[in-house]
Amino acid sequence: MTTTVPTEAAVRPSSPGTASGPRRRPGRIRRIGLPYLLLLPALLLELLVHLVPMVIGMVMSFKELTQFYIRDWTTAPWNGVDNYKISVDFDAPVGEALLHSFLVTVAFTLLSVALCWCIGTAAALYMQDAFRGRGLLRALFLVPYALPVYTAVITWVFMFQHDNGLVNHVLHDQLGITDKPTFWLIGDNSFFALLTVSVWKGWPFAFLIVMAGLQNIPKELYEAASLDGAGMWQQIRRITLPSLRPVNQVLVLVLFLWTFNDFNTPYVLFGKTAPEAADLISVHIYQASFVTWNFGTGSAMSVLLLLFLLVVTGVYLVITSRGRRTADV
Amino acid sequence: MRTTRAAAVAAVTMSLALAATACGGGSSTDGGGSNDSPKTLTYWASNQGASIEVDKKVLQPELDKFEKETGIEVKLEVVPWSDLLNRILTATTSGQGPDVLNIGNTWSASLQATGALLPWDKAQFDKIGGKDRFVDSALGSTGAEGKDPAAVPLYSMAYALYYNKKAFADAGIAEPPATWDELVADGKKLTGGGKWALGVEGSNPSENIHHAVVFAKQHGADFFTADGKADFTSDKAVAGVKQFVDLMAKDKVVAPGNAEYAQNQSVSDFAKGKTAMLLWQSASANLKSQGMSEDDYGIAPVPVQSGAPGTGTGVNSMVMGINMAVFKNTDNIDGATKFVKFMTSDAEQKILNQAYSSIPPVKGAQADAAFNTPANAVLKDTLAKSAVAAPQVADESQFETAVGTAIKGLFADAAAGRKVTEDSVKAALEKAQQQMPAK
Amino acid sequence: MSESTRPLAGSYRSPMAPPRSFLWSRRIFLTLLTGFVLVPVYVMVSSSLKPLADVSGTFRWLPSGLTIRPYIDIWSTVPLARYFVNSLVVAGAATVCSVVIAVFSAYAVSRYDFRGKRVFTVTVLSTQMFPGILFLLPLFLIYVNIGNATGIALFGSRGGLILTYLTFSLPFSIWMLIGYFDSVPRDLDEAALVDGCGPLGALFRVVVPAAVPGIVAVAVYAFMTAWGEVLFASVMTNDTTRTLAVGLQGYSTLNDVYWNQIMAASLVVSVPVVAGFLLLQRYLVAGLTAGAVK
Repeated sequence: MTTTVPTEAAVRPSSPGTASGPRRRPGRIRRIGLPYLLLLPALLLELLVHLVPMVIGMVMSFKELTQFYIRDWTTAPWNGVDNYKISVDFDAPVGEALLHSFLVTVAFTLLSVALCWCIGTAAALYMQDAFRGRGLLRALFLVPYALPVYTAVITWVFMFQHDNGLVNHVLHDQLGITDKPTFWLIGDNSFFALLTVSVWKGWPFAFLIVMAGLQNIPKELYEAASLDGAGMWQQIRRITLPSLRPVNQVLVLVLFLWTFNDFNTPYVLFGKTAPEAADLISVHIYQASFVTWNFGTGSAMSVLLLLFLLVVTGVYLVITSRGRRTADV
Repeated sequence: MRTTRAAAVAAVTMSLALAATACGGGSSTDGGGSNDSPKTLTYWASNQGASIEVDKKVLQPELDKFEKETGIEVKLEVVPWSDLLNRILTATTSGQGPDVLNIGNTWSASLQATGALLPWDKAQFDKIGGKDRFVDSALGSTGAEGKDPAAVPLYSMAYALYYNKKAFADAGIAEPPATWDELVADGKKLTGGGKWALGVEGSNPSENIHHAVVFAKQHGADFFTADGKADFTSDKAVAGVKQFVDLMAKDKVVAPGNAEYAQNQSVSDFAKGKTAMLLWQSASANLKSQGMSEDDYGIAPVPVQSGAPGTGTGVNSMVMGINMAVFKNTDNIDGATKFVKFMTSDAEQKILNQAYSSIPPVKGAQADAAFNTPANAVLKDTLAKSAVAAPQVADESQFETAVGTAIKGLFADAAAGRKVTEDSVKAALEKAQQQMPAK
Repeated sequence: MSESTRPLAGSYRSPMAPPRSFLWSRRIFLTLLTGFVLVPVYVMVSSSLKPLADVSGTFRWLPSGLTIRPYIDIWSTVPLARYFVNSLVVAGAATVCSVVIAVFSAYAVSRYDFRGKRVFTVTVLSTQMFPGILFLLPLFLIYVNIGNATGIALFGSRGGLILTYLTFSLPFSIWMLIGYFDSVPRDLDEAALVDGCGPLGALFRVVVPAAVPGIVAVAVYAFMTAWGEVLFASVMTNDTTRTLAVGLQGYSTLNDVYWNQIMAASLVVSVPVVAGFLLLQRYLVAGLTAGAVK
C-alpha cells in the first residue's frame, strides 16, 4: 500500500488507480464485458449465500416469528419495529440481557485483539533475526492457528475441567496458588477461560501477518538509521512500528471483526447456553433464535449488531486512514 | 457490451427471483399428508442407547422386520440430543423433514403449537388400535389439554433413586432414604474421603428442570398457572428450587464439581463408586455399559418431603419419555401411520423398551414379565401413582431453557462458595420469568 | 517480485549485534510463549495415549501407562471414517472452487477498470461483518426451496455445504489475491497479450504462475475455513453428510466422557490440516507478504 519496494514501483507501468488493463485486444464488447464475466461466479455466490439471505434476515426482523408461525414464515404477522424496541429497551430484561452481552463482547473483543496483537507483534519482532531453532519455533507457533477450531477448543475444555483438568492441577495441586480448585467453565471465571482460548487461537494470525509485513520494510531504512547511531530498540520504535502501520490497520480490523462475530469458540467451550460472564453476542443471539424460538427478535438483534459493526468499521477506517495520510507526508 | 451486461443483470435478477420465490415458505404439500411415495419413510430416532451406533443396532432389525411385513423401507437417522430440537425446528420451517420422528415428551405442547405435527384425533388413534391401549400418565404428556395429542407415547421413563449397596452397608445404612431429610442425614454419613453422597448434572438445563418441577410440586407449587401463564417466583416454587440447590449449597452432600456436569458425568461417578446415590431415569442399561453389575445397586423411589409417594405434594418424578410424531406434510401418511402402529405394537414395545430399559407406555406390553423385575416395578409404580406431567404449555421449551439455565447459575454460585439464599433464588427465577415470551 | 517470493528471508536489519537487553527479553518472552503454545498440544498428544482411568481422575502429566487403544476405539465409537471423508470432500471441493473463483475475480479487479468495481470490492469485503447467525435460517430456507423448485438437493447434501463454505472464504481470498496480482508486473501479461494469448491465456500462463505463493495461501485459508466450521454444519448436514466438526461431538454424547478418545480423535482430525499448513507455511508468509499486507 504505502510501502512499495522501490524495485517494484519501477517496473509497474501504471499506477493502480488508472489501470486500464490489457489494451491491445480488439473488440469493445469483449474487453468491457470480460471483467463482469470474470466476476459473475463470485457475484452470484455472494448473492446466494450472503446478500439475499441477509435481506431475508432483515425482513424477518420485522415479523413476529415465534414457534406459532415458523412453519411458514411469510405468513407470520408483521409487527413493525417491535422486535427492535424489545431489543433496545434496556430497562426490560431482554434488552438488559442484550446490553450486558454486548458489553461483555466489547470487553472481550478489545482484550483479545489487544493481546493477540501484542503477542503476535512481539514474537514477530523477536524472531526477525535468525537464531538457532527459529524455524522450528515458527512452525510450533503456527500450530494453534492451524488446528481446527473445535479440536483446539475441546482440548482447552479438557484442561479447564474442575476435577480432572490440567489448569486446576497446576494452580491448586502443584503450585497451591488457589486454596480450592477453581471453576473455569461456569461462573465468573469463564470470561478468562474464553479469553485465554481466544488469544491462544488468535495470536498466531497476528504473528503471521506482522511477520509478512516486516519483510516489506526496505532495509535501506534500517541502514540509514544505524548510520545515525540508532540502537535496536530505537530502530524498532522509529522504523519498524511506524512502517507496520498499514499492515496493522488491516490486521486489527480483521481481528476485531472475526473476534466479535466468533461463534465457534464460545459454542464449543460452553455449549448452547453460555455463563453470564462470557455471554458473547453471537451465542446470545443464537440462543434468542434457536433455543427460545424467537427468530424475529433474534434477527433484529443481528441487524443491530451488523449496524454497529458497520459504524465501527467506517469510523475506524476514516480515523486510521487520516492518521496514515498525515504520517505519510 | 450491452448484451453481456444484460446477461449479467438477467442472471442476477434470476437468482434473486429464485431466492424470493424460494422463500415462499413450506413445501407444496402444506395442507396435509399425501401418499405420493408409499414405499419409503424417513425416521428420526432420538438417541436412547449408550451411543448412536448402539441405537442403530437396536432399531435396524426392527425396521427390517417392518419392511418385510409392509414393503415399506424406513430410512433411519439417529439424531443426537444436542441437535434434535434444532433439526426439528429447521424441518418445521422448511417443510423438509422426516415423515416420522421421536420427540422428548416435554416438547409435545411446544411442537404442537407450530402446527407441523399431525394431530392424533380419534380416527387416527383408531388406526393404531385406539387411544385406550396407552397408559394414562403417558398420554398426559402428548400435548396441550383439550387438544388432540400431537404425538403417541413410545417409551416411558421415570426418575428413581439408584443407590450403591456396598456404600450403604459400609456406612451402616439399612434402608434407602424415603424422605429428603433422611437423604441428607444418610448423605452426611456417605460423604467424606473423596466420596460424595449424591450426583447431579448442574450444568444441564433439562436435568435441572426435571428435578425443579418435582421439588416445586412437593412444596405445592406449579411453574405455570392453570391458564398457562408463567409463575416462577411463588414462595413455594422458590422453596422447591432452593431445596434442590441446597443439596450442594447447604447440605453439602453433592460435590461442588457437579456444578459443571452436563454430559452424564454423574452417572459415571456413580458407576465408579465415587458417589453413593444418583437420581436418574432408566439408568440400568447405562450403568451396565459402564461395568456396574445390577447386583451392586438398588433402586428406590425418589424421596419425598414426608410420608409416601403419591399425588399432589407426594409426587416424586416427572413423567419422562419419548413420543413418536408424524409430520403433517408427509408424503406417505398411510405408511407413517402403519409404522407408528408397528412401533407401538405389544411385541415391538417389549423388544424396544427392554433394550432401552424403559417402561412400555402400552398396557398390553407393560404386563409382560420382563417389566416386573423389582427395578422396573419401582419405575412402573412411580409412573402409575406419583409422576407429574411436564407443563403442557406452548412455552415449555423456553421454560426449560430459562429456568434450567437459572438453576445452572445457582449451582455455579453454590460451587463457588457463594450463599444461595431465598432472595438469590427468587432473583434468578424472576429473571427467568421475564425472559419468557410476553403474551 | 523477487522481494515477495523470498521465503522468510533473514535479517533486513542493522548489521550490528543486538543489545543484551534484547537478547535477554527475547529469551524470556519466547520461552514463556513456547510454554503457552505447547501445553495444550502436549495435553492433546499425551492424553490420547492414556488409559481411561488417567483422564477421568486428577490430571497427570505423565501417563501411568501408554496405550493405543483410544486410537483403535475412535473409529468404532462414532463413524469417524465417514465424517472424515465428508470433511475431506467438502473442504477439498470448497477450496478448489473458491480458489478458482477468487482468481477470476481478483484478476478482473486487478487488471481492469470497470464501473462498479469499487462497489464490488466494498460489498464483498463487508460480508466479513455479517454475523453468521443472521443468515443461517434464511440460507437454509433458500436451499430447501431451490431444492423444491429445481430438484437440486442443496440442503442436507455436501453440495450445499460446499457452496456455503466456498463463499465464506471468498471475500478474504479475493482481497488477498487482488493485492498479490497487483504486485505482478503488468508488463508480463501485456507481453503475453502481444504474443497472442487471450486475457485468460495471460491469466493462466503468466499471472497465475507468478502468483503461486498467494494462491497457496488462499487455498490454505479456504481449506481451514471449511474444515473448522461448526454452526452451519450442525444445521445443514444429516447422518450421511455430517462433517468432523459436528461428528466429533458424538464422543461427548456418550455415557461417559472419554477424554482419551476425544483427544485421539482431535489429533487424528488435526494432523492433516496442521501438517499441510506447516508444509505450506513458507508460501503462506510469502503470499501474505505480497498480498494481504500491501
